[in-house]
Amino acid sequence: MTNDNHISGAQALIAALEREGVEVVFGVPGGAILPAYDPLIDGSMRHILARHEQGAGHMAEGYAQATGRVGVVIATSGPGATNLITPLQNALMDSTPIVAITGQVPSGSMGTDAFQEAYTTGLAMHCTKHSYLVTDPDDIGPVIHEAFHLAGTGRPGPVLVDLPKDVLNGMTELRDQQPVVMDGYNPTTEGNGRQVRAAIELLEQAERPVLFVGGGVIKAGGHRELLAFAEAADAPVVTTLMARGAFPDEHRLALGMSGMHGSYTATTALQKSDVLFNIGARFDDRVTGDPATFAPSARVVHIDIDPAEIGKVRHAEVPIVGDARVVLKQLLRNLEKVRGDEAAPARTDWFETLAGWQERYPLEYDQDPDGPIKVQYFVDQLQDATGGEAVVVAGVGQHQMWVSQFWRFSKPRSWINSGGLGTMGFAIPAAIGAKVARPDELVFALDGDGCFQMTCQELITAATEGVPIKIAVFNNHGHGMVRQWQRLFYGGRFSGSDLGDIAPDYPALAEAMGCVGLRVERPDEVGPVIDKALAINDRPVVIEVVVDPDEMVFPMVVAGGSCDQVVMAAEDL
Amino acid sequence: MRHTLSVIVEDQSGVLARVASMFAQRAFNIHSLAVGPTHEEGRSRITLVVDAPDVEQLSKQLYKLVNVLKVTELAPDEGVESEIMLVRVAASPDTRGTVVETASMLEATLLDLGPTSVTFQVAGDPAKLATFLEVMQPFGIVELVKSGRVAIAKERTRAAARAAR
Repeated sequence: MTNDNHISGAQALIAALEREGVEVVFGVPGGAILPAYDPLIDGSMRHILARHEQGAGHMAEGYAQATGRVGVVIATSGPGATNLITPLQNALMDSTPIVAITGQVPSGSMGTDAFQEAYTTGLAMHCTKHSYLVTDPDDIGPVIHEAFHLAGTGRPGPVLVDLPKDVLNGMTELRDQQPVVMDGYNPTTEGNGRQVRAAIELLEQAERPVLFVGGGVIKAGGHRELLAFAEAADAPVVTTLMARGAFPDEHRLALGMSGMHGSYTATTALQKSDVLFNIGARFDDRVTGDPATFAPSARVVHIDIDPAEIGKVRHAEVPIVGDARVVLKQLLRNLEKVRGDEAAPARTDWFETLAGWQERYPLEYDQDPDGPIKVQYFVDQLQDATGGEAVVVAGVGQHQMWVSQFWRFSKPRSWINSGGLGTMGFAIPAAIGAKVARPDELVFALDGDGCFQMTCQELITAATEGVPIKIAVFNNHGHGMVRQWQRLFYGGRFSGSDLGDIAPDYPALAEAMGCVGLRVERPDEVGPVIDKALAINDRPVVIEVVVDPDEMVFPMVVAGGSCDQVVMAAEDL
Repeated sequence: MRHTLSVIVEDQSGVLARVASMFAQRAFNIHSLAVGPTHEEGRSRITLVVDAPDVEQLSKQLYKLVNVLKVTELAPDEGVESEIMLVRVAASPDTRGTVVETASMLEATLLDLGPTSVTFQVAGDPAKLATFLEVMQPFGIVELVKSGRVAIAKERTRAAARAAR
């Protein structure tokens, strides 16, 4: 072995990341991670300097959600690591593959309450799929490869690697990458054949089947297999919030999103189904309402790559552990074999019932041409102007629900949002990550004013790094969803939900951050301002959209209530 | 419902914290816990006695921890269990003879003798430990400590296998 093979732990880190094919890392430097930042200059990877570690973490998530590849975030010890806790938990809840690399105080100082020390692996224990504290420079390469393997396979998720400064500075050798072997980690991808046959048997007996599709289908890259299976089964498709885009909304079998703010038809279809195929979803409480009253007559087929999801909330008559894409293929093969030349059962009654609900209870809103702008109207106008060719990114709250309700999704990975954790402030950094990943596509963040004020420091990141995202800030001068609940359940006492009389001058703020700032107040200005924003491609654009503060999101299933009671308007509560 | 679980884990720093903390997070109640090395290098065994309504979900959550290699539930007739208890029993010069004699009937080992108390070690299944405490109660229990239960699967005899069929 020649001297040329001797490298520092930090160089081993950079080499391992490059071997994993990482093209961009999002981060903020600091004392303990400095050794890793030095060789970063010489490497092939692009570094995006976020203004806050939470922003860097959400950027890595946006990148991962937009591509399916593992996103990478780097931060220093102590506050750098603690600022990552929110993105880590967000990625855990939404099964987003990211690897977080954190600096740590030198090994000899650990446990002494040293400057910028935090017990990072302890803090990360419940917000990662797994975490590592590396104690030997020789382990850096192998641990990074394990971390990528864990993050990107099975049920994807966040993995953290904590690197003490002396371990980064220590010497090791550049070695060939070894295959990852882990005794305690071996996800099942193929479904059990007997259970697959049992699932098809249930389907063929069903009078009111529904395919209930979750984010697992998108993560598995199984949207084509879903389309083929749904058409062969001739069964209607309901999606979760995370699965918007897994199935085209314009398809005759598409019922849209169910749950707390889902469409009447989607929610009620699940309630009345007799056979429910859950494909890569987790029976979240926003979907089931009170689990005891959820889909009472359904026999459940539950397909999930994470065995712990099956039976956690709802008993599954047919449990299938496996990758959604692989299992969908198995299901289709089995269905074709069982059916032979026979046509799918007609189920005319079921489809007539569904069509009746769709006609009676459509998703709708009323835009007064002289009244305040409604978010739903803006979403429709944006859809028309772009032909739906955009990656849309949302924050959390009313606007998020309206985008998911009114955007007509046609392909996977065109919808990026914080589903499980409901992290306000997600949109701007996530949109930056998505745009970095897919620079040639339109990435449009639709954000609330409450959310915007949580992470708007990242506007300067977008401007300096040349990431021309577009952002619409729906300004209703408050936390709209909080206000909606206060209006409905707290007698209209708006405690702490008003953002005050002095709102930021959003266009001026945008301009100060190197972006283009625009503003609209009247419905007739919406179309033109969208056209104007779409024409600007050299800088990020922020459009302040002053919207109706009194608008509420419906339909609504009250938290913890039964999905039998889909409330269509405030008067019905 | 009480269950005894035998969990084989990789012997790495933090693994016990991960297991214990997962129980806290998911609101499973640990009744007793014992950890120690196995005959295999790099493998430890955690024996847990837990209160959980759904032991299958518990087992799945354990398997989600990357360092957990094998989870086995030991039903009462499938495993043997043992626990060590050290007990200090009040004993004056007048009662000491009776205390020691009674303890020896229960196969307790005398570890220490003091002016006002006697310390015993009792090892065995939970029922034996409970009996010892009940019998010694009238003399006065000054202090006690338990090791946590350890358990191991029984080898299945041919007769048992036939019975299972």
